[in-house]
Amino acid sequence: MLKKRIIPCLDIKNGRTVKGTNFVNIRDAGDPVELGALYAEQGADELVFLDITATNEGRKTFKKLVKDIAQHLNIPFTVGGGISSVEDVAPLLYAGADKVSINSSAVKRPELINELALEFGSQCIVVAIDARLVEGQWIVHTHGGSKPTELELFSWAQETEQRGAGEILFTSMDHDGTKQGFAVDALKELGQKISIPIIASGGAGVMSHFEEVFTDGNVNAALAASIFHFKEIGIPELKNYLKLRDIPIR
Amino acid sequence: MEIAIIKYNAGNTQSVIYALERLGINPLLTNDFEIIQKADKVIFPGVGEASTTMKHLKELGMDVLIPRLKQPVLGICLGMQLMCEYSEEGNTTCMGIFNTDVKKFQPQNGEKVPHMGWNNITTIRESWTADNIISADMYFVHSYYVPVTPDSVATCNYIENFSAAMAKDNFYATQFHPEKSAKQGQQIIKNFIEL
Repeated sequence: MLKKRIIPCLDIKNGRTVKGTNFVNIRDAGDPVELGALYAEQGADELVFLDITATNEGRKTFKKLVKDIAQHLNIPFTVGGGISSVEDVAPLLYAGADKVSINSSAVKRPELINELALEFGSQCIVVAIDARLVEGQWIVHTHGGSKPTELELFSWAQETEQRGAGEILFTSMDHDGTKQGFAVDALKELGQKISIPIIASGGAGVMSHFEEVFTDGNVNAALAASIFHFKEIGIPELKNYLKLRDIPIR
Repeated sequence: MEIAIIKYNAGNTQSVIYALERLGINPLLTNDFEIIQKADKVIFPGVGEASTTMKHLKELGMDVLIPRLKQPVLGICLGMQLMCEYSEEGNTTCMGIFNTDVKKFQPQNGEKVPHMGWNNITTIRESWTADNIISADMYFVHSYYVPVTPDSVATCNYIENFSAAMAKDNFYATQFHPEKSAKQGQQIIKNFIEL
């Protein structure tokens, strides 16, 4: 049986792991290669590394880091941040990344999804969507959640699927950092509207939140950051907890 | 020991190289016929679309070379699919080492495609994959599958039973990515190298 995936997310700035709460107040949570290898050893099913550096120098550091991660990690990993062209993606995949995630650049120019899918295959294209409930509608935001767009979550997700996305990483900005649980209803609805795998993100605080998002939310994978980095939840104990509740877990 | 990894327009060769390096082996990434023919083992990785990839292989003459190799050859993911006769992906004639077609997953109960993530394999015939495997969960990413055939050595279930690993003469193949399947995947690569 296909297992539900637990995915720690590492935000990277200038080669170091950081994690913001509600996208601000960043704290340092360690060395990415070391932390990634530790998570892999503990049973993480996949890892996501997001480059939140804004400078060219930072981007170069990140590319070097991707190679370092690939050499040390024997599980799949996704990289994202600042990708806006086929030329940006090629060196990351050739350095050993399995997938790339795109967000604002896909909203700005949706054809990018088609171009990447054609060149590298849908299996390595993750479209990340940040959205927040505004007057009853899930409105897509870009640039780390700071800019609202005209797009609505469900129709945008469907469009990205048609254009060749292989997976959707949906972050509810209303839930992110709150530790009150994932956006289960929205995730469930999203799952009914698209036929590619969904990674849930934003809101994990306790182990039962993962149970909820896998059963009621029916997602394929759940992503979290600070609760893992600051050891509030250990991956081995989380996986045991879910196994005991008959959720298919590796 | 010389391990040749077939070099062509495939994205994930670097991951396979790193997996071998973690086992203390420095493989050669090459499309040189002579080096490939002389290698002790050959690895044929693959990620991408079948018809485009087959076109690249034909340009290099690999479609003729690979089926004639005499040493152990390991096909991974799309590599395994291209070792079959025909793929529904892009209506592609493949290399015909395994006598079967490659089919597209047809979801029946809202299952997501691609089949992406960790899934357990079941050994149905003694082969290299069965040795020393601690946990049988492997990492898969694919939208097309090889049905279960007499050459299948392990199966997996998603939407239906399909071939997770195959073996015929000196040809070995996995649908999953051993290079990304943690310790148990590393063990499968090690088992292949020690054949």
